[in-house]
Amino acid sequence: MSTPPMDELFGDIDLEWEHRKNRAFRSLCFLSSILGLAALALLIADVLWEAYRGVSEYDIGIIHFITSTGSVNPDRAGMYGALVGSVLLIVLASIMTFFIGVGAAIYLEEYAPDTRLVRLIDANLANLAGVPSVVYGLVCFGLLINGPLDLGRIILVGAIALALVVLPIIIVSAMEALRAVPDSVRNGSYAIGATRWQTIRRVVLPAAMPGIMTGTILAIANAWGQTAPLLMVGAIASARHVPTGPFDDITALTVTIFDWAFRFQDQFHVLAAMGIVGLLVVLLGMNMVAIYIRSRYEKELS
Amino acid sequence: MSTDTDPEITSADGRVAADQRRDRLVQGGLFLCISFTLLTTLAIFWVLFNEATHFFFDGRFSDVVVSLLTGESVSQRITFVEFFAGERWDVTHSINPGYWVGPLVWGTFLITVGAAFVSIPIGTLTALYLSEYASQDVRKYLKPGLEILAGIPTIVYGFFAISFITPWLIRPAAELLGVQTRSANVAAGAIVVGIMTIPIVASISEDAMSSVPDDLRNGAYALGATKFDVSLGVVLPASVSGVFAAYILAISRAIGETMAVTIAAGFTPQIAFSPFVEIQTMTAYMVDAVRGEAVVGSIRYQSLFAVGLLLFIITLVMNLLNNKLKERYREEYR
Amino acid sequence: MATQEPDDKLISTEVSADETVRNERPDETVLAAKDLDVYYGEDRAIDDVSIEIPENKVTALIGPSGCGKSTFLRCINRMNDQIDVCRVDGDVVFKGKNVYDGDVDPVALRRKIGMVFQKPNPFPKSIRENVTYGLEVQGKPATEGDVERALRGAALYEEVHDKLDTSGLDLSGGQQQRLCIARAIAPDPEVILMDEPTSALDPVAASKIEDLIDTLVEEYTVIIVTHNMQQAARISDKTAVFLTGGELVEFDDTATIFENPADSRVEDYITGKFG
Repeated sequence: MSTPPMDELFGDIDLEWEHRKNRAFRSLCFLSSILGLAALALLIADVLWEAYRGVSEYDIGIIHFITSTGSVNPDRAGMYGALVGSVLLIVLASIMTFFIGVGAAIYLEEYAPDTRLVRLIDANLANLAGVPSVVYGLVCFGLLINGPLDLGRIILVGAIALALVVLPIIIVSAMEALRAVPDSVRNGSYAIGATRWQTIRRVVLPAAMPGIMTGTILAIANAWGQTAPLLMVGAIASARHVPTGPFDDITALTVTIFDWAFRFQDQFHVLAAMGIVGLLVVLLGMNMVAIYIRSRYEKELS
Repeated sequence: MSTDTDPEITSADGRVAADQRRDRLVQGGLFLCISFTLLTTLAIFWVLFNEATHFFFDGRFSDVVVSLLTGESVSQRITFVEFFAGERWDVTHSINPGYWVGPLVWGTFLITVGAAFVSIPIGTLTALYLSEYASQDVRKYLKPGLEILAGIPTIVYGFFAISFITPWLIRPAAELLGVQTRSANVAAGAIVVGIMTIPIVASISEDAMSSVPDDLRNGAYALGATKFDVSLGVVLPASVSGVFAAYILAISRAIGETMAVTIAAGFTPQIAFSPFVEIQTMTAYMVDAVRGEAVVGSIRYQSLFAVGLLLFIITLVMNLLNNKLKERYREEYR
Repeated sequence: MATQEPDDKLISTEVSADETVRNERPDETVLAAKDLDVYYGEDRAIDDVSIEIPENKVTALIGPSGCGKSTFLRCINRMNDQIDVCRVDGDVVFKGKNVYDGDVDPVALRRKIGMVFQKPNPFPKSIRENVTYGLEVQGKPATEGDVERALRGAALYEEVHDKLDTSGLDLSGGQQQRLCIARAIAPDPEVILMDEPTSALDPVAASKIEDLIDTLVEEYTVIIVTHNMQQAARISDKTAVFLTGGELVEFDDTATIFENPADSRVEDYITGKFG
């Protein structure tokens, strides 16, 4: 059978313009999505370039930069004290939030009756997650430094501020992980005669743990990059001081970067870039751990 | 049939009873955990409100209440009219201080609107690309890319603004137009805040678009619609409340954003209409004031809380709006 | 139940007066498949199907679930193009043109071949906008007359004429499905594909759709997938039986299929021995 040409059958339909419109729109959408990634690439390239200038133009040794404490002399300044401060801060904040956060998530997902109070808590949680982090810092400043409690400008107060910032994030992500555990798993345990807590502890929590860990690590990564709440509770750029415990004066990597970025000399500007590289490397490490846990978990499921 | 109840099932005592007691104990402990979130909210309200009262009156909220109860008079130092409709913002000026929060609100407004012009179109088109056009392979790279963009600390964006955006984009543009610009300016702040809120708009909008059932898309394709028709004529209208929720959240983030705008847009509170001038946002003022050694009891210290309370209320309203919209789009396609 | 029908008739195929007239018309093939194979990845969903579908008649595609009847339907207007892993070999010929030829635009094809889905899927827009959507995407201005004609064609006009601007989602399930039919016929296609259009509806709503199909066939060629054999017997002129594995076992006049099938497997299927 001979095949008639396209025109004969669909000649009354002109799609040329419509397809062109569709292709143009597709390209526009594609370019938009690339724009975000391009900005990311540009940002990373810019930071790396400025940090590279530090090594090449100012001859700042990388080892020297990591192992020296801060200084008003850019030739001697390093990020050691700031780094120690940041690590102390997030370790304390993680300890404070992990158990409370997971406990709260378990209550809301597994126990909470559908009462007015619980609905209020639920709505409140969504709002807490949206409170700007600078406000949490201000509240700690007013309550723990200048308020009824005068703890001073110490690491512990900074850790509390960070804990307030990440607690809603941890609760929400842990709730999602618990929700992902199918009810058939719970019913199987109940059918054997386990109580609710036995079911949660022996069946639900182990199943949800990878998801909870992933969410927690991402929340801690968020805390690692926070600056504003720490500034509000009086964190300063580390000078020679290396904090050793929760009651030492507060200092942090991000705050030090902020300080350097504002100094007049170009050499401090490149120091800030080197500090950012350090900040981002740790962040990348945390994200890789989270991705590793997530991918291993996905394999287990399939 | 025996009428005696079987002790094994009623768990009047023994192992089962102990297990159940532990269950209730744990439940109480877990409730304590969740009550922390309520305590936090109460603390936010109390601290901000209490200290902000001192900005306007001769004493904290608690002092004012005590004074009123004992019949003492309370004098107001700064009127609300002055705060909301004064002349300028300069709380530390020794002779002629100004207490009008307007310039700070204006600074925040400029940054937010500018950022929305960047994040809303780009984020929405990205979401449409991800949900309607992109192949699995492209999605595999695009989505983690956006996640990384969302995870970059805001201080890094601030650094990016002063080390790249301003010298390489804003300054040449200003020179082309023949205007002056400074190392801190509105445009750079708005652009970086816009970039950092793209992932919020894109990922939440895409969630809403993906929840539009395929039945609707197929209905349109079967009528001879192109992807363009389906994207803009079916998917976008059907997911509109979710998409708006994404916009609101992004705007709320932009309002509360602190480090990037502090570094990029500066410390000069003023009502300006040019993208090339330095301004100050509410959040940048808070950083500025606290770094300037705000001594307890000083007007500078109290102004921190007045501005903080205003910021908190604005973002709270945005968040409540966002929750309402989110509820609506969850109900739409069940 | 049909099983209570007397002696040799397996299922009643009593025909309406219209249908008798229709049956006397000579068959003119509007659509044909030739050696059609469809794969989802490695799995074969349609196995070497050849069929010639007559114009202005109702052709029913029946068979057990998973037999490929819906897949076949979606090949006709190339809705399977939407599925990445789907691969089609062989020809589907519409009015002498293979729709899988390189120069055929699926978007143009779908403007000639309308489709109604299993689950009613009105757009979250007003009733009027639902009806005019097809004309709009085709760049044709839609008049009030077009809206009325399509809604009357779908036997829905009397029920909704005073609320055309309310949401299509506010209608009942059966009304929604008739709205989808109105939407499909508004741009005046030549063929209407129906993928189990009544399976999500209650019996009363379903019978309205069946009546409607009877009138639609005056103007359009209707191809309907159904899992309901009684329905196929009631409304179709021709019936194609697919069996598991995507094989077309028998295709003939509906009366022949239900009363005197050539293939014993078809007889087994119709009498309920399997499927």
